[in-house]
Amino acid sequence: MKILVCISHVPDTTSKINFTEGDTKFDTNGVQFIINPNDEFGLTRAMWFKEKQGASVDVATVGLKDTEPTIRKALAIGADNAIRIDTAPLDGYQVATELAKVAKEGEYDLIIAGRESIDYNGGMVPGMMAKMLGYGFINTCVSLEIDGNTATAIREIDGGKETLKTNLPLVIGGQKGLVEESDLKIPNMRGIMMARKKPLNVVEAVGDKVSTEAKKFSKPAPKGEVKLVDAENIDELIDLLHNEAKAI
Amino acid sequence: MSILVYTETENGKFKKASFEVASYAKAIADKTDSKVTAIAVNADDPSELGKYGVSKVLHVNNEELAKFNADSYAAVLTEAAKQELCNTIVLSQSANAKYLAPLLAVNLEAGYASNVVDLPITENGFMVKRTAFTNKAFNETEITTDTKIIGLSTNSFGVHENSLEVEISNFEPTISEESKKVTVESVDKNKDKVSIADAEVVVSGGRGLKGPENWHLVENLADTLNAATACSKPVSDMGWRPHGEHVGQTGKPVATNLYIAIGISGAIQHLAGINASKTKVVINNDPEAPFFKAADYGIVGDAFEVVPKLTEKLKEFKANNA
Ligand SMILES: Cc1cc2nc3c(=O)[nH]c(=O)nc-3n(C[C@H](O)[C@H](O)[C@H](O)COP(=O)(O)OP(=O)(O)OC[C@H]3O[C@@H](n4cnc5c(N)ncnc54)[C@H](O)[C@@H]3O)c2cc1C
Ligand SMILES: Nc1ncnc2c1ncn2[C@@H]1O[C@H](COP(=O)(O)O)[C@@H](O)[C@H]1O
Repeated sequence: MKILVCISHVPDTTSKINFTEGDTKFDTNGVQFIINPNDEFGLTRAMWFKEKQGASVDVATVGLKDTEPTIRKALAIGADNAIRIDTAPLDGYQVATELAKVAKEGEYDLIIAGRESIDYNGGMVPGMMAKMLGYGFINTCVSLEIDGNTATAIREIDGGKETLKTNLPLVIGGQKGLVEESDLKIPNMRGIMMARKKPLNVVEAVGDKVSTEAKKFSKPAPKGEVKLVDAENIDELIDLLHNEAKAI
Repeated sequence: MSILVYTETENGKFKKASFEVASYAKAIADKTDSKVTAIAVNADDPSELGKYGVSKVLHVNNEELAKFNADSYAAVLTEAAKQELCNTIVLSQSANAKYLAPLLAVNLEAGYASNVVDLPITENGFMVKRTAFTNKAFNETEITTDTKIIGLSTNSFGVHENSLEVEISNFEPTISEESKKVTVESVDKNKDKVSIADAEVVVSGGRGLKGPENWHLVENLADTLNAATACSKPVSDMGWRPHGEHVGQTGKPVATNLYIAIGISGAIQHLAGINASKTKVVINNDPEAPFFKAADYGIVGDAFEVVPKLTEKLKEFKANNA
């Protein structure tokens, strides 16, 4: 089985979010970048398939040279090959077009992406990719088993879960649950050393046009002070929630 | 040319989010001098949509669509959009809508903006305001394609009544074998519980509750408020609560009217995911807990004493205000 894991390079979850150039660009100053958490769960599940079922695992990212440390980290975790599609990611449609091309050429059986990236929260790349490729698609996937050509998956729905069956090739939008938090691996020294020798192929982008353009950013208005209510005076809280906030 | 809105049903009944997307579509229609066409699948009473500004309902009655299938549903919406020459399509951000929207976007070669929180500005191009960086920022995005898909964030626009004469027309789309690649084997859904996505109120518990055996505190309060229950990430990582209850930046987003956090410190990753809620209440015994900076109302106190009292008082309040 050939697996492709799509890795989005995103600001660490604790990053302060600021903008530059008249609020048109994300300010990367002092920001630490990481593998998108949803993708890390997917990558770890892919490593499980590699260890238990003899799969090969490639990782791909659409991004400029600054994303290389992030994909090197994926190699250090255990991926076999990395592909960097050399263009700035501008919108979901464009990224999906680039990834679909690489996925098709590589004849992957399983393409693991994340439910969403935590930067732009698009939640669209895996679904678009699946449609472009004509493959099956399972979103918000929290469990995935592969037996021969058959995939059994669980997806989260509002208020519960659904069990689904389909055949490979398949694209998933994954998240926590694919593996547990405690299964995530921090790359060790050996992994980091080996990663330096693993291939990182830089491929040219097809350069498709975009369908959406992020023009300007802003931040939510600062919050007012919290109103503290004495623990002995809960009636006051109920009164505030009812009459002031109109929340109950 | 009309605005197409996907109005989701559950067991034949429209979800509240469907009335919200219909209201939103009507507001766009008013701005652009057009009308709203809804697409509804297996609805008991499609005419209900007339109350929220819908002029025409394409109603699909089809057993094959009884179980949700993203690809088939995307095909239905694609056919509807083409037939009605709709170049703006509005959906909610329910799990199912988020599943089908990217497929629809490729079918229609449309630009898709998710997590939209306001009406589009259409005077000069087509600009939408959406959240980014998990509610830490907003982003104004221009959709540059002819056909545009908007995913409207829950509770960001609200439900607005706007009674119209509504025409119901039967719609019989072709559902190809090709779109049935993924099949649903079983659905496991707790019917007596409100889901986080549909809830008006969410009651959430953190590590401060000490263990799963104390969750009756959260559940009793939630029952009183007809609320959904949620939890912080470590709580689901430790298996105290199911993964589906984990909210925050890497869990489910929460955009409710009221969010009550019990024994949750208010880490940046937690707050990011719940910040879109209108009113936030925190109960924590540490006055220095960061959550107090993000909340509207707070009680500094021991959850084991405060929560049962709050539940009792709320029961009385509900009884008196019923
Ligand atoms: C990549 C990444 C992603 C993450 N994503 C998320 C996410 O999506 N969602 C999320 O929630 N977290 C997330 N986290 C974890 C986050 O950083 C915090 O660790 C987590 O939110 C803390 O959970 P908590 O508040 O329940 O526990 P704690 O931080 O341990 O806080 C417990 C709180 O309970 C209070 N308390 C203790 N006893 C009582 C009592 N008797 N009565 C009242 N209060 C009491 C304490 O004062 C304390 O404030 C993420 C972390 C990382 C690194
Ligand atoms: N620039 C990118 N390079 C590679 N994969 C990406 C990129 N952007 C998004 N993805 C994948 O698509 C998923 C969903 O992203 P999004 O649709 O942007 O929220 C991510 O979790 C990644 O798996």
